[in-house]
Amino acid sequence: MIEAIGLTKRYGNTVAVDDLSFTVAPGRVTGFLGPNGAGKSTTMRMILGLDRPTSGKALIDGKPYAQLDRPLRTVGALLDAKWVHPNRSARAHLQWLAKSNGLPARRVEEVLEMVGLTAVAKRRAGGYSLGMAQRLGIAGALLGDPQVLLFDEPVNGLDPEGILWIRQFMQGLAAEGRTVLVSSHLLSEMALTAQDLVVIGKGKIISQSSTTEFIERATENSVLVRSPQASKLGPLLVDKGYTVRTDDDGSLSVTGATSDQVGDIAGANAVVLHELSPQRGSLEQAFMQLTGDSVEYHAEIGK
Amino acid sequence: MTLLAVERIKLFSTRSPWWCMALAIALTVGMASLIAANTGDQFPLNVAVTQSFTDFGMVVIMVMAALAATTEYRFGTIRATFLAVPSRTGALVAKATVVALLAGVVGEVVAFGSWGISKLIKPNVDLAINSTAEWRNVAGTGLVFMIAALLAVAVGILIRQTAGAVAILLVYTMLVENLIGLIPTLGQKIQRWLPFMHANNFRTADGAPVTDGPGAGSQLDFPFGPWGSLAYFAAIGVGLLVVALVVAKRRDA
Repeated sequence: MIEAIGLTKRYGNTVAVDDLSFTVAPGRVTGFLGPNGAGKSTTMRMILGLDRPTSGKALIDGKPYAQLDRPLRTVGALLDAKWVHPNRSARAHLQWLAKSNGLPARRVEEVLEMVGLTAVAKRRAGGYSLGMAQRLGIAGALLGDPQVLLFDEPVNGLDPEGILWIRQFMQGLAAEGRTVLVSSHLLSEMALTAQDLVVIGKGKIISQSSTTEFIERATENSVLVRSPQASKLGPLLVDKGYTVRTDDDGSLSVTGATSDQVGDIAGANAVVLHELSPQRGSLEQAFMQLTGDSVEYHAEIGK
Repeated sequence: MTLLAVERIKLFSTRSPWWCMALAIALTVGMASLIAANTGDQFPLNVAVTQSFTDFGMVVIMVMAALAATTEYRFGTIRATFLAVPSRTGALVAKATVVALLAGVVGEVVAFGSWGISKLIKPNVDLAINSTAEWRNVAGTGLVFMIAALLAVAVGILIRQTAGAVAILLVYTMLVENLIGLIPTLGQKIQRWLPFMHANNFRTADGAPVTDGPGAGSQLDFPFGPWGSLAYFAAIGVGLLVVALVVAKRRDA
């Protein structure tokens, strides 16, 4: 379990992370979602004790990272696959990591096998493709067989096969009862991978909920109505308290109402309809809306 | 002990330390052989003369020591290190220790190698190491290399960038300490407190005067004797390392 309590990071006058509080539960993949620059990486680095929070704290199984004894046995992290000396072999890289936490040399071979790098373990890590480097990073994270795992943008730059592999891998880890926190700036990716979502924008928390709940709440549901009597129907819908927008082609787009409700009103008032169809906004639109620049919007969400 | 083993694996699993060590030894011993071959009646060979160019090896080892710290920052492995060992002080002290021990070994190889090759080239000259001053001059090289390496690791941790750290170390050891002596009246008063001057004083005090090379010109009025100078040099090296450790602990990795 990971807990962030009022986590704040200030660089001079800029606030990178602003009073973040959330928990990450075991047994599920939790997506940590936000646009680039929202403070995801900074938050993860504070959880891992790399960056010092200006205020607040982060706990892993109730303890700050720095107080964990042989931390790789509790927490595995992949923040950047490039954190490897390019002239060191993958095996040597894992060997020093294993040694530092008192893990047996055999464990190095096990994780190499797990991520499929055994055949190239002797090669210098600098010559690895991005996908291989990512696998090496994951091998490092799994070295201590930890119960808590953090991955920062693990699918960035990977090909579809690599993305699928990582997605299934993370879901497998969560299914084993581990705590998995994965950051991403892509809602579409998180919708497939994560069961829970912590969404942040500009360093502030926007929502914490299950993924389905978030998507339902975030995507705007509207009803498209085409009618030769649109000018009659419009005011009737407004009277009922729905929001109505007239599009350029004369069709109406109604938000706040279901297609049933719009149909009933039209029928009751003998309005001819040519089309009545529910519309669903895309995930990207929804995400943009939620994490966009509008400060007022953030405040509204907070209510 | 675990941390020392970790740093040993890290250091020896890349090639640059091997190159630096080989270069340090080849450069110094090569220069010593050139000098030995060109000594004669006008410029007699003695134990001190065989050691005139050990500073070259020391500078190369300092580059290696600085690299041991800066490459970790360059490639982000310092973060991997701090994730594995959250006690940053422990991890960095282990690094400094491993590098310093290695520097000490290289220092001895460089010193005795320079002396040995001179003996081979001029077998007729008496190069026996008799006096304590001569022993200090040759065998003391390892100690000087160790402290210089500590200092260089500290600079590496503080600067975090290879180019910057190496430039500072090279310019300081090769130029600044020597050129400060050129400032009229004040120059020598400052110089007698500079760390590498004391490293030289430790090795060359009470010995045969050195007439050429970087070891020359140590005719300063030092505040300490040879061992006092070594302690002073060590205090500066360790002091700078402590500063670096405090900074690294506070800083975001």
